[in-house]
Amino acid sequence: MSGEISRDEVAHVASLARLSVTDDELTTFTDQLCVVLETAAQLNALDLDDVEPMAQPYPLANVLRVDEIVPSLDRDEVLSQAPAAEEGRFRVPPALGEAP
Amino acid sequence: MSDTTETKQVLPDGWEMVIGLEVHVELATKTKLFCGCANHFGDEPNTNICPTCLGLPGSLPVPNEQAVHFAMVLGRALGCSVEPGIFARKNYFYPDMPKDYQTTQYEEPTNEHGAITLPDGRVIAIERAHIEEDTGKSTHLGGGGRIHDATATLVDYNRAGVPLVEVVSGPEMRNADEARAYVAELRDILLATGVSDARMEEGSMRVDANVSVRPVGSDELRTRCEIKNINSLRSLGRAINYEARRHVDLWTNSDQPNQETRHWDEEGGRTTPGRSKEDAEDYRYFACPDLPPLVPTAETIAGIDESMPALPAARRAALAAAAGVGEADTLLAIERGLDGLACETIAAGGDATAVMKHVDQNLAEGQGELTAASFAALVSMEADGALSSTQVKTVLAELVANGGEPAAIAESMGFEAMDTGELDGLLDQLIGDNPDEWGRFLEGDNKVQGFFVGQIMKATQGKADGKIVNQLMRQRAQG
Ligand SMILES: [Zn+2]
Repeated sequence: MSGEISRDEVAHVASLARLSVTDDELTTFTDQLCVVLETAAQLNALDLDDVEPMAQPYPLANVLRVDEIVPSLDRDEVLSQAPAAEEGRFRVPPALGEAP
Repeated sequence: MSDTTETKQVLPDGWEMVIGLEVHVELATKTKLFCGCANHFGDEPNTNICPTCLGLPGSLPVPNEQAVHFAMVLGRALGCSVEPGIFARKNYFYPDMPKDYQTTQYEEPTNEHGAITLPDGRVIAIERAHIEEDTGKSTHLGGGGRIHDATATLVDYNRAGVPLVEVVSGPEMRNADEARAYVAELRDILLATGVSDARMEEGSMRVDANVSVRPVGSDELRTRCEIKNINSLRSLGRAINYEARRHVDLWTNSDQPNQETRHWDEEGGRTTPGRSKEDAEDYRYFACPDLPPLVPTAETIAGIDESMPALPAARRAALAAAAGVGEADTLLAIERGLDGLACETIAAGGDATAVMKHVDQNLAEGQGELTAASFAALVSMEADGALSSTQVKTVLAELVANGGEPAAIAESMGFEAMDTGELDGLLDQLIGDNPDEWGRFLEGDNKVQGFFVGQIMKATQGKADGKIVNQLMRQRAQG
């Protein structure tokens, strides 16, 4: 992994995260992300062939719960905190396109 | 399957279909995948929601052990290797997922590399069967229900977080019938293992079809489209055939399909474009830091294998062998869950042909209180001519409803055996009363046969066996 990331890539990631950034901000964030990535790239100097990839630092597996129903929240209370509700449902602006 | 698409040629000569299916299966757990909210179809909107499935700050997911168990059972039933699984976050913004990500397995799915064997013997590879959570349900207001013209969207999160397994096949099916046979087989496996109720119409089994076409003999994979909104096996066949024809039209007109998601429009009989995949398929998956891996032990997998019920392929083979029929003739019995009863009845001495006939024609509602012993006894009474076929159906319905002994039921219903001598006398009398009709029968007019049988049925109030009357008439005509 190199420390390089382009302005276009930063703009793309920002748009995926629904962040609007100005041109100046794009320059700032690109510079900052390059530094972050360069730091992370130092790991590449280590010989990690014998190290198992891990998704988590904790020595845990199979943390499970029994399949038993517990009470849910009160609907009216939940919906009262939503910006808008209708017919027992959350009302949101029209969703553009399809769900993935 | 009612309509056969295979008999008609769907594509022009020289083209073949390449079909892969992604089937989302809702697991039959009591609660959701990561919280204790009820997993229950049809409840009032937003009555099964909590901080975890709403993605409220500070909430933490804990996987449901029954969901994990079901997923591994399904994996083993599909012949997969069950491996350590890691949950990942699939990041996207859409109101059906309040967390702004869906928890799913990405690089390390629980189940990989299985297969489904179709009734005709063809083997379809399963690439993976991973665990993930379902999304909420959106209703689009305004615009006549059309997503693009909606004025607002209403969201119900009862389904958000319901446990799913997504079963992904290889691109190995070559026509719509094969795809439908694959889905039917998967459904029967789900029902046999009890992992899901597998109801396509209620959405507990949802099929997306990836369809492309190519010249016969080529092994290339051309641009595919993913078809969604398929709610029945019939729609699946229609949607695949429509889409494959559309692709051939494009390719033969120096054009090509776009890689995109398309919606099956059942009324219009066509697919329409949905979201374009190119700009949206960047989900920035990463391992979920809140969820430790699922690591099945050897004992867990051995336990699952030991308690695995008989699966449809083995059940078809067993019934085909017991009844002396081809596996294709056992499909209805398997679908109705009557193969065990049929095998036992045949083993108890019931005539195989008669048993299979009743299973296919008279036991659509299942076996109820009917046992193999009473079924075998009834079939023997039928074979001996002690009961007419109408009477057999009546007794069979009673056995299904309330159980009991067929002979006792027949007696209580007044179905005494008609002895042949009594029928002989009746027939003689009828011939005497209707010489013209009898003359026509002797001249070979078989239509009047029904007249005589009908008259005898009337005189005996349905107790006579039509087959025996026919035999007696033929004997007289020949003698
Ligand atoms: Zn919940």
